[in-house]
Amino acid sequence: MFFSPLHPMHIPDGFLSVLVSIVFWVFSVVVIGIGLRKTSQTLGERQVPLMGVLAAAIFAGQMLNFSVSGGTSGHLLGAAIAAILLGPWSAVLVMTCVVAVQAVLFQDGGILALGANLFNMAVIGPFVSYAVYSLLTKLFKKQTWGLFVSGFAAAWVSILIASLSCALQLAISGTSPANVAVPAMGLIHMLIGVGEGLITVGAMAFLYATRKDLLHIGEAKPADSKGVVIVGSLIALILAILSPLASSHPDGLEWVAEEHGFIDAAKDAFYNIIPDYTMPGISNPAIATIIAGIVGSIVVFVIAYAIGRAEKRGAVQEDAQR
Amino acid sequence: MRELYAHRDSFIHQRSAKVKVLFTFAFIIFLNLTPHASWSAYLLFLILALALVLSSRVGLGLVLKRSLFALLFVLAAIPLVFTGSDLQRTLVLPGGLRIAYSLSGLSRFASIGIKSWISVLVAALLAATTQFTDILKALAGLKVPKLFVAIVGLMWRYLFVITDEVRRMLRARSSRSAFALNGRRAGGSLAWRARVTGGMAGSLLLRSIERSDRVYAAMLSRGYNGVLPAQEVAPLSRQEWWILGLGILLLILFWGLAVFVGG
Repeated sequence: MFFSPLHPMHIPDGFLSVLVSIVFWVFSVVVIGIGLRKTSQTLGERQVPLMGVLAAAIFAGQMLNFSVSGGTSGHLLGAAIAAILLGPWSAVLVMTCVVAVQAVLFQDGGILALGANLFNMAVIGPFVSYAVYSLLTKLFKKQTWGLFVSGFAAAWVSILIASLSCALQLAISGTSPANVAVPAMGLIHMLIGVGEGLITVGAMAFLYATRKDLLHIGEAKPADSKGVVIVGSLIALILAILSPLASSHPDGLEWVAEEHGFIDAAKDAFYNIIPDYTMPGISNPAIATIIAGIVGSIVVFVIAYAIGRAEKRGAVQEDAQR
Repeated sequence: MRELYAHRDSFIHQRSAKVKVLFTFAFIIFLNLTPHASWSAYLLFLILALALVLSSRVGLGLVLKRSLFALLFVLAAIPLVFTGSDLQRTLVLPGGLRIAYSLSGLSRFASIGIKSWISVLVAALLAATTQFTDILKALAGLKVPKLFVAIVGLMWRYLFVITDEVRRMLRARSSRSAFALNGRRAGGSLAWRARVTGGMAGSLLLRSIERSDRVYAAMLSRGYNGVLPAQEVAPLSRQEWWILGLGILLLILFWGLAVFVGG
C-alpha cells in the first residue's frame, strides 16, 4: 500500500540508550510546541488543512525517485523544499507528522527513538535548510541562479548535518563507535544529499516557472526568522566541528566499548563527555578532518555553483528560443 | 508494500487504544532499560511479545515480516564486534584471513539486535491491532496537543489520495521516459532525470497547496471556525486499568529480574 524509502537515518529502538532518547524527546517536544504556536499565529484557521495536506504530500512524495545507477536511486526527503516554501516552523510541523507516522505505522524508526529521529529530521532538517538558504540567498542577492544554488546547498548541508547528529547519537549511546559511525553516515549522506539537492532544485525550477510567488523571492522575511537562522547555523557549525573531533578521538568515547550496565554507561556518558570535549587537545587528525570537511564543503559549493550556472544557461537558451 | 491494520476479533483488538499505546511504550522503555547481555530477561520479553502476537490472531508471519524491515539498521552496530577493548578471540576466515574480535563487543552487538527486534515486534503489533484513528484519539486523550492530533488526522485522511496521485505521476513518467527498455536506458542524463523528478515533486507540492485551499474552503462551508469538534474518548474502565496495571507490573518484574538478579 505505502512505500517509504529504506533510509539509513531512521534509528530503530534498541540503538539509543534510554537517557539519550529521553533527552532528545524533550528537545524535540519543546521545538515542535513552539512550532505549533508560531504556525497557529501566522496561519490561523488555515493551519490544520495546509499542514495536514502538505504532510501527506511530503510523505507520499518520498516515493518520487530517479535511478542513479546499478539499482540505487535518489529520493526526496523533503525537509529543505518544505522549509523553502513554507518557512521553518511550518516545515518542522510537516516533517514531524511525516516522521511520526512513519514510526508508529510503518516501524520506520523506533518509538522510544522517535524523539531523536524527530530531532534529526524534523528539527535539524528544516532549521539548517532554512539557515543555509537564507544566508546564501542574501549573499547572491537578486541572481536567479543564486536561488537554485542556495536551494541545492540547503538540501545537501541539512542532510549531512542531520546524519552527523544521528551518528553522534549512536556513538553517545555506545552503539556504534564514533570513528566508524561518523565517517560512514557522513559519506553515505554526502551522496544521498546530492540526490536530495538535485530534486529540490528541480522542484524550485518548476515552481519558479509556474508559481514564482510561492518561492517568496525578495519578500521581507518574517521578524522571527533571524533566530531560526542563527540557531540553524549554530547547529550546523557545532555538529560539523564536533563530529570530526569525536571520530578522531575514539578514546574519548572509550566507555562505549567497556562493559557497563546501562545506568553506569548513561552516567559516564554525561560526566565523561565534558572533560573530553570542552578543551580537547586538538590533535592533528582532528584538524585534518575539519580541514577535510571544509574542503568538502567548498567542493560542494563549487558543484552547486556550476549547477546554478547551468540552470542559468538553460534559462537563457529557453528565452532565446522563444 | 506493507499492510496496515489487520482486523480480527481478539482480546488484543478489543482493548482500548489508550491501554495499547501506553503498554507498547512501557514495553519498549523497560526492554531498553534492561542491561546488556541479560539473555533470560530478553527471552521473557520475547515470550511475552510472541504470546501477545499469537493471541491477537493477526498471524505471526505478518508481524515477523514487518519486524525484519527494521533489522537492516543492525549493520550500524557491527563495528562493536571488532573494536572492543578486549580483542582476544580471532576469527579465521576461509581464505586464511584472521580477524580479531571481542567477546564483549559481540554480546553487546547481539543485545542491541535482540532488543531492537523485540521492540519492532511490539510496535508492529500495535499498528496491526489498532486503527490509526483510534491511536490518534488515544493520543489526544493522553494530552498530546489537540491541534497536532488534528493535523495528523487530516494528513492520514489525504495520505491515500495523494499516494494515488504520486503513483499516477510515476506511471505517467515511466510510460513516457526514463524507463529501461531492452537494456537501454531511455531518458537523458543523470541531471536530466533528477530534474524531471524534481519537477514532479514541485508539481506535487503545488497541487497539494492548491488542494489544501479547496479543503479549507470545504471545511469553512461546513462551519469550521478553527476548532475541530472534540472527539470524545471514553475514560478507561476499571477492567482496562487492571489489565494495563498487570501488564506493566509484568514488565517491571522482567526488568527487575535482569537488574537485580542478573542475566
